Amino acid sequence: MLSINYYLILSAVLFTIGVVGVLTRRNAILIFMCIELMLNSVNLTLVAFSAYLGNVEGQVLVFFVMAVAAAEAAVGLAIVLALFRNHVTVNLDEINILKW
Amino acid sequence: MNTVLSDLSATAPITATVIVALLLVVVHSFTREFKTGLYWMTLGGIFIGIYLGVVTFHHTGYAFNNMLMIGGFASLMDIFFLSAAAFTILLSRPYLERTGGHYGEYYPMILFATIGMMTLATATDLIMTFIGLEVMSVTLYVLAGWTRKVKESNEAALKYFLLGAFATGFLLYGIALIYGASGTTNLVGISENMEALKGNLIFIAGCGLLLIGLAFKVAAVPFHLWVPDVYDGSPTSVSAFMSTGAKGAAFAALALIFSVKFEFTNSQVNTVIALLAVISMVLGNVVAIAQTSIKRMLAYSSIAHAGYMLIGMVAGTEIGVSAILFYIVAYMLTNLGAFGVVSIFEKENRKNLDIEDYAGLARRRPVLAALMAVFMFSLAGIPPLAGFFGKYYLFLAAVESGYTWLAIVGVAASLVSVYYYLRVVVLMYFHDQSSEEPVLLPASGMVSLGLSAAGIFLFGILPSLLINTFRGLF
Repeated sequence: MLSINYYLILSAVLFTIGVVGVLTRRNAILIFMCIELMLNSVNLTLVAFSAYLGNVEGQVLVFFVMAVAAAEAAVGLAIVLALFRNHVTVNLDEINILKW
Repeated sequence: MNTVLSDLSATAPITATVIVALLLVVVHSFTREFKTGLYWMTLGGIFIGIYLGVVTFHHTGYAFNNMLMIGGFASLMDIFFLSAAAFTILLSRPYLERTGGHYGEYYPMILFATIGMMTLATATDLIMTFIGLEVMSVTLYVLAGWTRKVKESNEAALKYFLLGAFATGFLLYGIALIYGASGTTNLVGISENMEALKGNLIFIAGCGLLLIGLAFKVAAVPFHLWVPDVYDGSPTSVSAFMSTGAKGAAFAALALIFSVKFEFTNSQVNTVIALLAVISMVLGNVVAIAQTSIKRMLAYSSIAHAGYMLIGMVAGTEIGVSAILFYIVAYMLTNLGAFGVVSIFEKENRKNLDIEDYAGLARRRPVLAALMAVFMFSLAGIPPLAGFFGKYYLFLAAVESGYTWLAIVGVAASLVSVYYYLRVVVLMYFHDQSSEEPVLLPASGMVSLGLSAAGIFLFGILPSLLINTFRGLF
């Protein structure tokens, strides 16, 4: 039985990797994958806390997060597809009509 | 089984809206050319929802194992967001028919976003907060990219989606940490253990992350970078809904979680919120002056208004929260009106979106110009309009809770804002018209604008109607 700290540290590291990925990558799909990594690291935190506290609420939330992440993926990929049809790129540096 | 039924009837406004929205999806999948019918069904559904909100007002408490508030505060929130949806629908139909993108799915999408707002604003469990926020956000991502052949709309949707999902990650991590520290996601349960949790570092970190996630949705600086691009690129009717409903719902959730349930007043969290308020007001108002596009100007003004509302969060307690709620209503009416005028004046292919295009509007369309002037005066906070009393109650709350300096910054910032709001009025009334093109005034859009203006005058002249109700809620 590992102490809960290992799980929390692992998920914090994964979350940070996700955040750094979002901030440094320029491809819309890769950024989206990094966001998914962030969400899943949170799921790990929730499951770890849930097992540690011996209460099921955290795991309930994990299921909702997975459902929401799936909905977000559907909408997000549709948006990327619509964008690609008009701009013929998914590189964020080239998508810059809107600026002040 | 009986408890489920009684919970469903206690949250009747949400339940009714869900049923109507699902019905619309089904009807639309069978009859593609039934848009007028969908339009009236949506409006009918919204009126049923508002009626149920009025009926459930006196039956206060919690439903679904303390997951949602019912009656009182919840009923009022339901009524506000449903009204915002009704105003948006009235504005949207002529706008979408003119500029393209009048697909039947638009109506259920607006209702789903409204359901998200109602859930978010009345959630007393962090799981519900998360679900409400996501139902609202995911539908708004779709709505932002609604005109899918317009490049600006695509770009707005992508930016909103990526940054919104990024912020959701922070919000969710915050919820996970709060859960870990307190052992429950229920706000009622957490608030009972507040004394033990106040010094807990994991809990404070969780609250900070939750604050980041919600500050993104209310468009407070430094989480505002998406706002100008998204409001500018989205269809104008959607920008109107986003800037009022989504902002109001996120603010209601912020106030409910941080001021009412966690009672964070007089702690370090307050200093952070005060800082957010100051930079939002200053940056929003100063950058708005430099804008040439009316939608971007309204977007930066929306950032500044988030700053004003955060003052109420700092003040906390009953006066602060009731001031925020009053401001949400005043801001909703005003901004729906302002974006509504923009949507009526806008031409195909994103024409007529510059502030300069409004020159001489008073001679071409005196009624439209007069309505725009009312909305601009209300945004600037000039009596006797609702916007004035909104600001008055917020600054009063700040002074009464010992944050006089914050009220002074707020007054100074709103003085700056008068410049760019009045510039629109001056252009409309004292400049020569820029073009002879006719501006069509659609009946339903004018009804929506007229109702907004009537509401602004009503709550400007009789603010006690609303503020006394809010003060009795908590």
